[in-house]
Amino acid sequence: MLLIKCPICDCEGDETDFHYGGEGHIQRPTSSNPDKVGDEAQRDYLYVRKNPRGLHSERWLCERGCGKWFHALRDTATMVISKTYLITDKPPAELKKAGKK
Amino acid sequence: MQKYSIFTLARNAANYHKGWGLAWRSPEPKSEYDIVIIGAGGHGLATAYYLAKRHNLTNVAVVEKGWLGGGNTGRNTTIIRSNYLQDESAAIYELSRSLYEGLAQELNYNVMFSPRGLFMLCMTEHELRGFKRHAHANRLSGIESRMVSAEEVKRKIPILNVSPTARYPLLGALYQPRGGTARHDAVAWGYARGADNLGVDILQNCAVTGITRRGGKVTGIDTVKGHIKAKKVAIVTAGSTTLLGDMAGLKLPIESVTLQACVSEPIKPVLDVVIMAGTVHGYMSQSDKGELVIGGGADEYNNYSQRGSFPAIEHTITSLAELFPIIRRLKMLRQWAGIVDMTGDRSPIIGKTDVDGLYLNCGWGTGGFKSIPGSGLVFADTIANDRPHPIAEPFGLNRFAEGRLIDESIAAGVAH
Repeated sequence: MLLIKCPICDCEGDETDFHYGGEGHIQRPTSSNPDKVGDEAQRDYLYVRKNPRGLHSERWLCERGCGKWFHALRDTATMVISKTYLITDKPPAELKKAGKK
Repeated sequence: MQKYSIFTLARNAANYHKGWGLAWRSPEPKSEYDIVIIGAGGHGLATAYYLAKRHNLTNVAVVEKGWLGGGNTGRNTTIIRSNYLQDESAAIYELSRSLYEGLAQELNYNVMFSPRGLFMLCMTEHELRGFKRHAHANRLSGIESRMVSAEEVKRKIPILNVSPTARYPLLGALYQPRGGTARHDAVAWGYARGADNLGVDILQNCAVTGITRRGGKVTGIDTVKGHIKAKKVAIVTAGSTTLLGDMAGLKLPIESVTLQACVSEPIKPVLDVVIMAGTVHGYMSQSDKGELVIGGGADEYNNYSQRGSFPAIEHTITSLAELFPIIRRLKMLRQWAGIVDMTGDRSPIIGKTDVDGLYLNCGWGTGGFKSIPGSGLVFADTIANDRPHPIAEPFGLNRFAEGRLIDESIAAGVAH
């Protein structure tokens, strides 16, 4: 059971009070000309995931609190949530340090 | 290999069972193999077995981080069925199910395949309509599968709560008469013994630390026991596929999540079929020992811990307690979890990769056990001939870039 604290409304609750939204910081490939978005870029956006064993940046919804989305840094092996941050924030430095990709 | 039969049993009984040899060797790694398979679970061992048996390729090693059959092969709920909606899925799962029928004879190892019949309950109008479509699709694919009425289900499963006050009313079921269960460990052990006997080296406690390549071609693997050269390398590691893929620079459409299961204390026979209830996320069968084997939906978030989260198992148990009121006071003996590799369309990935000589068999998600024989057979053929087997072809990694998905995300409506 995860204990999560929303960085926006400061509500703390277990994982059933929140909703998981998958990997964070995935950008949709955009172009004024959709033909220029290749199949590989579209595949990466839709399906390819980092899926690390270790530090993982992910999105959570504060479902029974403020109703806002936010980011969390969680270790997928130990389940420790080391940080939560706003949905608009850039990926934190520790993620880049841990990430190989 | 010592053949197992009533005669060897009698002979060994006379000798107080002291004469049984080991079922497989524990060899030291050779410096080079033609083919190295990473992962000694059911799929990896079956692949090795069929490479040796059907393609005469015996200079093969299966390397395993822990012990053989110690991952998802030993952690599933052993359900076997093939009543999938899409033609591609029906083909590979029915191949697999039909191979299970003769597997004990083929391997000379009792895998306890028990085609006891499998019911997928319909509890909403939409589910009923969806499963009718399944039944029609299955009939077109030549799979024996049909709809049965709620009365018939109740006759077959008296312990099922069909009261009109139940949270979800029973409307009928999709029935596969030759679906059922098998002994999961025995499937791994049988394939291991068969492969070992044909000359395949099974290297346990030999974690892979790297996949070496030169000029876009695979050259071998680094392991904790040293470098092993190989002409072909196959990754068959389920939940750890991404970690192996990273070693070879593959981009994979996979997320690893936990799938939990549990067994109750043993009780007298109450359930002689397999029950799956997709609407409420639970399934159950009774083992030969009398334990109720229970599973449900996968956990929500990425997880490599092999433990799982309490809300998921609570959800499964509450659903099944509603369906089967007599189990409410049963104690659970064990609970565990495996790491399943989920793809975007909930269908597996079988075939070649962009790296020459590197093959991939993964993404079975929650449906890995039932597909072991078929997956091993078509993957062995794919590796041996360096082109996808016709049944494996639709499951290539390229389908995600081509947008040609094989959508089975509602195949069970529940982890299966």
